[in-house]
Amino acid sequence: MNALVVDDSRAIRSVIARMLRGMGYSVAEAGNGRDALDQLAQSGSVPVLALLDWNMPVMDGYALLRELRANDRYLGTKIMMVTTETELERMQAALEAGADEYLMKPFTPDALREKLAILGLEAAA
Amino acid sequence: MPPALEPADFVWLCTFLRTESALVIDESKEYLVTTRLSPILRELGIASLPELVVQLKRRPMTTVHRRVIEAMTTNETSFFRDVHPFETLKNQVLPDLVRRRGSAGLNIWCAASSTGQEPYTIAMVLRDMFPDVAARSRIYCTDINTLVLERTRQGLYTQLEVNRGLPAPMLVKYFERKGSEWQVREELRRMIDTRVMNLAVPWTGMPTMDIVFIRNVLIYFDVPTKKQIITRIRSNMAMDGYLFLGGAETLLNIDDNFARSHEGKSTLYKRAA
Repeated sequence: MNALVVDDSRAIRSVIARMLRGMGYSVAEAGNGRDALDQLAQSGSVPVLALLDWNMPVMDGYALLRELRANDRYLGTKIMMVTTETELERMQAALEAGADEYLMKPFTPDALREKLAILGLEAAA
Repeated sequence: MPPALEPADFVWLCTFLRTESALVIDESKEYLVTTRLSPILRELGIASLPELVVQLKRRPMTTVHRRVIEAMTTNETSFFRDVHPFETLKNQVLPDLVRRRGSAGLNIWCAASSTGQEPYTIAMVLRDMFPDVAARSRIYCTDINTLVLERTRQGLYTQLEVNRGLPAPMLVKYFERKGSEWQVREELRRMIDTRVMNLAVPWTGMPTMDIVFIRNVLIYFDVPTKKQIITRIRSNMAMDGYLFLGGAETLLNIDDNFARSHEGKSTLYKRAA
C-alpha cells in the first residue's frame, strides 16, 4: 500500500514516513502541495493514503486537499490533515473540503495508528 | 536507581490495596505498582517506594493514602477504545433496544468509567443515531476514584486525549475549545450522572440498566469477587439488557446467566436469566 506525506519540514516528513513504513506502507514524500501534485502526475500512482500538512509554501495543504478532491482519480484516497492548526474552524473547513480525518501535531504513533484504523486502513504488514 | 520494594513491603502494599479498594495485585503485577506509584513520589515529597510504604503504614489515613489509591485505581481509557464494541453498540445493540423500547430513554452504566472517555463515546454514538432517545437517556458513570469522576463531569480533555481514537467529525460536532483544551458540549454532559462506587461492595440506588459497560476492570479482582460483581450487575439489569466486557475478558466460570454472541469483532453478552 502506498502513502504520500506532504510537509515542508523534512524532519517531520521523515518521522511520519518512518512510522508509516513501520506499518508496512511504501511512502512518497513532498515538501509542498505543488511538488506533491507534480509527483503524482509524473508517477501516475494513486496513493491509498495522503497525509497533508496545512502551512506550506508555494501551495498549502488546504489548497492541495481541494485539488485532490476535485480530481476523481483520487476518490479512493483517504486524506488526513496532519497539522499544528488546532482551531475548530480549520478542522471544520478541512472536513467540508473533503478531508477524511484530522490529526493535530504533536501526536503519538498510537494516535496515528488509531486514526488509520478509523479510516479503515489497518497496518499493511 | 531508587530502591525497589522489599518482598515483605510489596505484600503489605498488596494487602493495603486489597483492603481499601478490592484491587487484587499479585507478584505478576509488580510492574504495575512501580509504574503507577513511582511518578507520584515527587508530588508527595517522598524519596522512594520503601519510604512510601513506611508512610502508608501510619494512621490515620492522609492525602498520601488517598493519592496512592487514586494512582492505582486510575485506569487508562480513550475515546472509542478498541473500536469494535462501539460498532456493535451502533449496529446491533442500540437498534435492538430502540425497537423494543420505542423512544423511551435508555439507562446505560459505565462501571469504572475513569476519566469519562467511554461514557462520552457512548453519548456521541447514541446522540448521532437516535437524538430523541439520547435526550431522554442517562449514562451512569461510577468509579472508586473521585478525581476521575470530577474530570468526567467537567468533560475537559487535552489535545493528546482528543487526538486518540476520536473521529474528527465527532470532535467538531460534539466538542468546543476551552483555551488549550477541548470540552464536551453541554448537550452530552447533561446526559451524564456520576457516582462514587466501589464495585466490590454491594450498592443501592442504581436504576435498572439497559446496557452495562464493565471493560478492563474485572482483571483487578479475584474470582469470588468477580462472581459477586457480575451477579449484582446482572440483577441490576433489564431482562433483555446487554453487557460489554473488555476484549480479553470472559464470563466463563464467572456467570452462566448471559447469552454470548459474536457480533462483528466483539463479543456481546445479553442477560438470559
